[in-house]
Amino acid sequence: MHELSLCRSIAQIADRARQGRPVAAVHLRVGQLRQVVPETLVYCWGLVTDDGPLAGSRLEVESVPVVLDCRACGETTRVAHVLVLTCAACGSGDIELRTGEEFLVTSLDLGPPADEPAPTPTPTLREQEA
Amino acid sequence: MGRFHRHDDGTVHEHDHEDSHDHSHGEHGDHGHASAADSEHGDHSAYETGTERVEVLERIFGENDLAAAENRTAFDAAGVTVVNLMSSPGAGKTSILERTLEHLQSAGTRAGVVEGDIETSIDADRLAGFGAQISLLNTGDGFGGECHLDAPMVRRALDRLDLDTLDLLMIENVGNLVCPAEFDVGAHRSVMVYSLTEGEEKPLKYPVMFRSCELVLLNKVDLVPYLDADPALFAENLRRVNPTARVIEVSARTGQGLEEWYAWLAEAGVTTVTEGEPVGSGA
Ligand SMILES: Nc1nc2c(ncn2[C@@H]2O[C@H](COP(=O)(O)OP(=O)(O)OP(=O)(O)O)[C@@H](O)[C@H]2O)c(=O)[nH]1
Ligand SMILES: [Mg+2]
Ligand SMILES: [Zn+2]
Repeated sequence: MHELSLCRSIAQIADRARQGRPVAAVHLRVGQLRQVVPETLVYCWGLVTDDGPLAGSRLEVESVPVVLDCRACGETTRVAHVLVLTCAACGSGDIELRTGEEFLVTSLDLGPPADEPAPTPTPTLREQEA
Repeated sequence: MGRFHRHDDGTVHEHDHEDSHDHSHGEHGDHGHASAADSEHGDHSAYETGTERVEVLERIFGENDLAAAENRTAFDAAGVTVVNLMSSPGAGKTSILERTLEHLQSAGTRAGVVEGDIETSIDADRLAGFGAQISLLNTGDGFGGECHLDAPMVRRALDRLDLDTLDLLMIENVGNLVCPAEFDVGAHRSVMVYSLTEGEEKPLKYPVMFRSCELVLLNKVDLVPYLDADPALFAENLRRVNPTARVIEVSARTGQGLEEWYAWLAEAGVTTVTEGEPVGSGA
């Protein structure tokens, strides 16, 4: 729902980090507890970067599963469905999230500093796990 | 920190993620790390082979969280306790606020409200007349019709409030069960209003929102006799996603349970802590 404003934030980060060079791809790491739809994000990326220096760049989303540690029994659970965040071993809900809340720009693929016109690669859609 | 190395085929891979989860290279498939180049064929375009991967590692909510921290600093400096009220549309936030402002006025608590609304001033108008400072934030007005309040918006709303003369500031977020939970606005406490008419299963469907709050006001309990809704089942579902959240059953219509909510607010005013990381600041 707020993918558009997220894309604006991502674009700002990418623009600051690109050292004036053309950007081929922006890599994100997104935990599955983040309520973003990768397809929507990629779609909005096209809109937000349409006429700027990031035009034609791809957004690559790495989805990180939810892993939690149980405070009751110490077991680690990799959560299949993010609806219920409980320990698979003992059922306790007293848990600590280890992964699943990431939301980062991890890296950029940058072209050479030259001002040769960049080709426009087609944006790619990505999987979204249930 | 991530390290990168170049393979013979010219592709570049990252090892050692900066965060605590460790996984081997082979696990990447589990991560759903996929792109046209990675998964369909190893054929990186000519443009791709000329690229260089540069590490960034910057949190996407970084800017919001910075603004939220600034808001919190301003609240702390002014000695104001700030409560973020979230719910789906129509759960009863404004109705509860009307009652609450009336109570606070008689209790001598100096209250303010940041009223988040997409287009209208209807809710803000309903809250006038109780001696509270009201700052209306129309998210459809220059913010692109946002489905939530974020920290920079709230900072703007603060320009129209005199924080130094307030004891308690309540933020009525935009009615939405998804987005508001992602954005730290700088509030000290997060509270959800949840009405029984929404169905008992909602905590399971919107776990991020229900995890982000410490108190749920279970509203519209006056309707229990007319609904086949079960407050106990709701509480059980809530416990599955947020074992420590407290539930207070209230009715903004009859006033039932509101004394307990007022007591919680008074307690919040003396024990406000700035710890407790909201969801929006994660990773
Ligand atoms: N029966 C009953 N109706 C209620 C109660 N609280 C609120 N309502 C009704 O629910 C409707 C929505 O209430 P609001 O207070 O406007 O809800 P809100 O959460 O502020 O709504 P938005 O700001 O639009 O998201 C109104 O018609 C209220 O009269 C309650 O305790 N019992
Ligand atoms: Mg309202
Ligand atoms: Zn356990």
